[in-house]
Amino acid sequence: MTDDCCDPVAPAPRAAGTRWSIALAGNPNVGKTTLFNALTGLSAKVSNYPGITVERRTGALTLPAGAAELHDLPGTYSLNARSAEEQITFDALAGLAGQQAPDVVVVCLDATQLARSVYMLLQCRELGARCVGALTMVDEAGAAAPDARALSELVGCEVVPVTARTKRGLPELLAAIDRAVRTERRAHWMWTPSPALRVQLDVVRGALPASWKASSRYRGADLPAGDDAIALWALTCFDASEQEADELQGVPPDFRAIVLAQQFALDDEAVLARWAWLDREIPKLATIHPDRSLTERIDRVLLHRAAGFAVFAAIMSVLFMSLFAWAAPLIDGIDHLFKALGAGLRDVIGQSMFTDFLVDGVIAGVGAVLVFLPQILMLFLFLGFLEDCGYLARVAYLMDRVMRSMNLHGRAFVPMLFGFACAVPAITATRTMERRRDRLLTMLVVPLMTCSARLPVYTLIIAALIPGSRATQGLLMVGMYAFSVATSLVAAWVISKTVKPLKAKRLPFIIELPPYRFPRIKDVLRMMWGKSSMFLREAGTVILGCSIALWALLYFPRDLPKSAPDYAALIAHAPDDDAKAALAAREQAAHLENSYGGRIGHAIEPAIKPLGFDWKIGVGLVGAFAAREVFVSTLGIVYAVGNDADEHSQPLRQALRTAKTSEGKTAYPPLVGLSLMVFFALAMQCMSTLAVVRRESGGIAWPLFLFGYMTVLAWVVSFAVYQGGRLLGFG
Amino acid sequence: MTSSLAEIPLGRSVKVRSIAGPRAFRRRLLEMGLVPGVAVRVVTIAPLGDPLRIEIRHGQWSIRKAEAAQIAVETTP
Repeated sequence: MTDDCCDPVAPAPRAAGTRWSIALAGNPNVGKTTLFNALTGLSAKVSNYPGITVERRTGALTLPAGAAELHDLPGTYSLNARSAEEQITFDALAGLAGQQAPDVVVVCLDATQLARSVYMLLQCRELGARCVGALTMVDEAGAAAPDARALSELVGCEVVPVTARTKRGLPELLAAIDRAVRTERRAHWMWTPSPALRVQLDVVRGALPASWKASSRYRGADLPAGDDAIALWALTCFDASEQEADELQGVPPDFRAIVLAQQFALDDEAVLARWAWLDREIPKLATIHPDRSLTERIDRVLLHRAAGFAVFAAIMSVLFMSLFAWAAPLIDGIDHLFKALGAGLRDVIGQSMFTDFLVDGVIAGVGAVLVFLPQILMLFLFLGFLEDCGYLARVAYLMDRVMRSMNLHGRAFVPMLFGFACAVPAITATRTMERRRDRLLTMLVVPLMTCSARLPVYTLIIAALIPGSRATQGLLMVGMYAFSVATSLVAAWVISKTVKPLKAKRLPFIIELPPYRFPRIKDVLRMMWGKSSMFLREAGTVILGCSIALWALLYFPRDLPKSAPDYAALIAHAPDDDAKAALAAREQAAHLENSYGGRIGHAIEPAIKPLGFDWKIGVGLVGAFAAREVFVSTLGIVYAVGNDADEHSQPLRQALRTAKTSEGKTAYPPLVGLSLMVFFALAMQCMSTLAVVRRESGGIAWPLFLFGYMTVLAWVVSFAVYQGGRLLGFG
Repeated sequence: MTSSLAEIPLGRSVKVRSIAGPRAFRRRLLEMGLVPGVAVRVVTIAPLGDPLRIEIRHGQWSIRKAEAAQIAVETTP
C-alpha cells in the first residue's frame, strides 16, 4: 500500500564536540511548547531568526548518543509557505538558507486531531527527515486516543505517547530520538505522483540549486525522493501572479523561472493524495472522537451576542487596568529608585562632569529601560495566559468585523487597546499575529493611541493654557482620546491603501478556534520571562544608547557664551537661599539654551513657528524624545522653575500663562495650547517606540517611515489647527 | 443541488464539493482537510455578522463569509 522510495543514507559521522540537532515540529495548539519546556527545562533561550521576527527557541537535551540541541519550530499546519515567516519552518526542517538540517525531527501528533497532525508528519517523511512522533493530548483524548504502536506501524516511524505535564513518556521519547539518530536517512512517499506531475518533478529536480539537494543539505549520498519533495515544495509555493505573489526569500532567480514555467494545475494533487491516504488509514486507528462539549458550552457564553461582549469588555478592562493603573506603583517605584540611586551616587563621588554622565546619562538611561519592565512582564503574562487557554483566537473571531473594515487583523484589537497604556508593550503584543503585513500595519498605527506618557503633557497644557471650567477641560481630555482612536483607525485604512507592502491583499482569514484548555502556569511564566529578557537585551540597549545621546545633546557644550553673567559669583553673593536657588535655576536655563539641544530648538523655530511654537517649546520637543513626559520637566528648566517641575507645578503653569513673545504679546494663547496638544497626539516623539519597532520589524526602514509619516502628519494638522484658528479669529 | 457554505443554515452538516478562489487560498483550505467529500457545518455566526465559525473533522475554524462563499457544498445527500 505504501510506496516507499528508499534511498538509505548512513548517518554522517559526528565531529567531536558538535551537538546533535533535534527539531520539534507540529501544528499550533498541540502542546508543543509544553513538551519543549518539559524536555529542555531551564536551558531554553528565546531569540529571533536572523532578519525576521519569528521567535527561535532553543534548549539543551542530553541523549545517550551525546549532547543535543532542541529547536522549537514555529507551529504550522503545513510545510508549504508563501511568506518569509512560513518559510522559516521549511528551511529549518530541510536545512536550507544556511540552517543546518536537524538530525531528527520530533513531530507532535495531537491525539484529538490525528489526521491533521499526521499530514505534517507525511510531509517531513517525504523530505527525508528522520522522524519520531510524539503523541500528545492523550489524556484529553481519553478513549479516543489511538494506539501508539498501531500508529507507529502505519506511519513507519516510532511514535511515543507523552504527557508533558507529568513528564510521562519523556524517557521513552528520548530513547526513540536516540535510536532514530543512528538510522539511515530515507525519504518515504505514501503516494505516487501522476505521470504528468512526475514529468514536472523531474524537470524541477534537475534544476535544483546545488545547496538545495539532499547530498548537500544532509551532507551525505543522494536521496532522489527527498529532492522530489523539495521540487514539489517549489512547484507548490512559488507564485508570480500579481494578486498572490509569494514572498519567499533566497530563491535563485533562474531556478524560480524554471519552476514558474511549469503548469500549476497539478498542485492540488499532492494535498488530495495525502488526504486520501489519511482518510483511508486514520479512521482505522481513531474510531471514536474526542469530546468537545465543554468547549462548546463555554463558547455558547463567550461568543454570545450579549454575554460574549460583556465578558470580552471585562477581560479587556482588567488587561487595560493592569497596564495602566496596576503597573503604575511599580513604574513609580523604579523611577524613584533610580532617582535615589543617582542622588546617592552624586553625594558619594561629588559634583563633576563624569558624575553628571553617570547619573543623568547612564543611570537615568537604565531607569528609562527598566520602567517598561512591569508593563512588559504583565502584558506577556496575561497574553500568554489568554493565548494558551484559547481565548485570543476568540477575540479575533469577535472583533474581526470591526478591525477588518480598517484592513486590520482581528487580533490587532489587543495591541491597539494596549496603545492607550504604552506603545512599547503594545508593539511587542503584535507578535500574536502570524503575518508580517498585519503586524507591521498594526505597529504603524499603535503609536497614535493616547499613551500614558502623553497624559502629563495634556494635563499641563490644559491646566495652564486652556481657559474654562473643569468640566470643559475634562471634556477636552476625553476628546483627545477619541481623536487618537479616530486617527489611528483612519491611518490604518489609508496606509493599507497606499503603502505597497502593506496593501490589503485578499488574504484568507482562517484561524483555528482550539478547544479551551487550562494553561500550564510554568509555560506561561517561562514564555513571559523569555520574551521580556529578549526585550531588555535587544530594545533595551538601543533605548539606553539613545538616552545617553540625548543627555549629551542637552548637556554639552558646558561653557556659556562670554556675554552670560558670572552665575558662580552672583550665587556666592546672593542674600539668601531662595535667591541662590533662583539664580541656580537661571544658570541651568542658560546652559540648556546654549546646549546643542537648545540650539536645535532655536534652529527648528522657523519650522515650528507656523504651528505657533517658539524655540522654548522646540527645546521641549527635543527633550520629549526621551519620553513624552520629559517635555514637562524640560520646560521647567527652560522657564527656570527648577528641573523637578511636574504637570501639577503651579510655578510652571504660571510661567507658561504669563510668557510673552519678543513683541510683548502672550506667547501661548489657548490656540497654541490646542495646536501643541494636536502635535503631541500625532508626532512620533518616543525613541523607545522607534527602538522597539526597529526590533520587531527587523530593520530601520519601518521605524524611519513611522517617524516620517507621523511627523509630517503632526506638522500638517497642527498647522491647520493654528492657522485655521487664526483665520477664524481665535488666538 | 449545490450552494455555497455561506448560504447554509446554521447547524446543518453538508459535504464539500469543490473550492474556488485563488490558488493559495484553495490550497490552504485543502491542507486543513477541507477536501471534496468531507463534512462541514456552520456552528455560529459572530455577533457582528461575520465571520462564521465552522466545524471540519472535529476541529473548529473562523472563516469570513466572503471566503465561505468560495466553498461549494452539496445540499442534498
